[in-house]
Amino acid sequence: MQKIVVIDYGMSNLHSVCSALAHAAKGQAEVVISQDSAEIASADRVVFPGQGAAADCMQALNQLNLASVIRKAASEKPFLGICMGMQVLLEQSEENDSTSCLGLYEGSVKSFRRHVDPQEKIKVPHMGWNAIQQKQEHPLWSGIPQDSYFYFVHSYFVQPTNSEYAIGRTDYGLEFASVIASDNVFAMQCHPEKSASNGLRLLANFIQWRGA
Amino acid sequence: MPLAKRIIPCLDVDAGRVVKGVQFVDIRDAGDPVEVAKRYDREGADEITFLDITASSDQRETMAHVVEQVASEVFIPLTVGGGIRSIQDIRKLLNAGADKVGINTAAVRDPNFVREAAERVGSQCIVVSIDAKKVSLDAEANRWEIFTHGGRNATGIDAIQWAQKMCDYGAGELLLTSMDRDGTKQGFDLELTRIISDTVSVPVIASGGVGCLEHLSAGVIEGHADAVLAASIFHFGEYSIDQAKAHMQSQGITMRD
Repeated sequence: MQKIVVIDYGMSNLHSVCSALAHAAKGQAEVVISQDSAEIASADRVVFPGQGAAADCMQALNQLNLASVIRKAASEKPFLGICMGMQVLLEQSEENDSTSCLGLYEGSVKSFRRHVDPQEKIKVPHMGWNAIQQKQEHPLWSGIPQDSYFYFVHSYFVQPTNSEYAIGRTDYGLEFASVIASDNVFAMQCHPEKSASNGLRLLANFIQWRGA
Repeated sequence: MPLAKRIIPCLDVDAGRVVKGVQFVDIRDAGDPVEVAKRYDREGADEITFLDITASSDQRETMAHVVEQVASEVFIPLTVGGGIRSIQDIRKLLNAGADKVGINTAAVRDPNFVREAAERVGSQCIVVSIDAKKVSLDAEANRWEIFTHGGRNATGIDAIQWAQKMCDYGAGELLLTSMDRDGTKQGFDLELTRIISDTVSVPVIASGGVGCLEHLSAGVIEGHADAVLAASIFHFGEYSIDQAKAHMQSQGITMRD
């Protein structure tokens, strides 16, 4: 049976991610929570969740020596980033007076407050169900209609330098990259584990996905 | 396509059981939080809120088990409120699978608790519940104050200033209940909802008084709420969540399909 490792670096509640993965796997995969580099290296696929502040996340990853483990996993096997687990894949975040991140993607993480026109009068955090426009085909979209709703909760958004990587986009005061993907990596700002049937379908697609 | 407005059914839970008359003919056990949550999820609820009304402290542990069971089968956001007093209470519920916790009396008692909680677990997990009651006389300009203990205890705190303060302290969302309307089926206090929603920069959930579907849409259109919460109209099968969503859409409100 294949093994999915959910990376635990103390920065998020993993219960929901794991139970949604187990539900989507229908007994076809073992879901393991780990922060051990050998365990992560032995996984067939890796899920990288996260929530909280960027600086705290990077500090936790550095303390656990997970930065290089994550870069390696993302280059070798199907890799799903969720929420903060997407944001820290960029080079740098505006959060906490500029935080250096993992740099798998050129670009940065920006604040809605700072970048959305005040005339738009948006509430922050961006909290609730919003639609994702699928900009490019991808195996993880299988069975999920264009403009399907997913659950979001965040105050910052990613802006990859190469917009080709933004394979999903969402409107909230401005159009932002809600999904980025390339090779083995698929990373989304929303929470598939909280997005009802669309989210479960996406997780099931991830479990089937062979990667690049 | 903008952010959808949310419809949130609220369940009262006492010692691990749903109480206050959830009545569905097609549910085997209407007291089982998992069964009821699954039913609302199937109907398209955007979130579910559990209010723990357990009075005895030795049964408080039970709520974490309820959340754990629900979160294993229902994959939409879950909020838990009622009796939360410490960071440990919050962590226990979040670890069990809750996405957000509602803080009410503990915030009134010590506003710094909200600040500390937001710093420790993130603002996105912290909902401050505000129970407000109109205190102005007929001849005066409208004024609302915060009440605790189900509307019995006055605090003298101005509701609008309190809402702003809670956001400054790190609340990620406000659950605003009009104690004048709660249980009356006369609809939300729209003026109060609108003033607070227009004042603060975080999402506001309107609550208290829903008796029909028009009340839900008015909460969004006239009250400027980001989400609407109701209990009895859904529990007694008067309206399904699907019907509520169809009504909201007919009024031009964006809903999740």
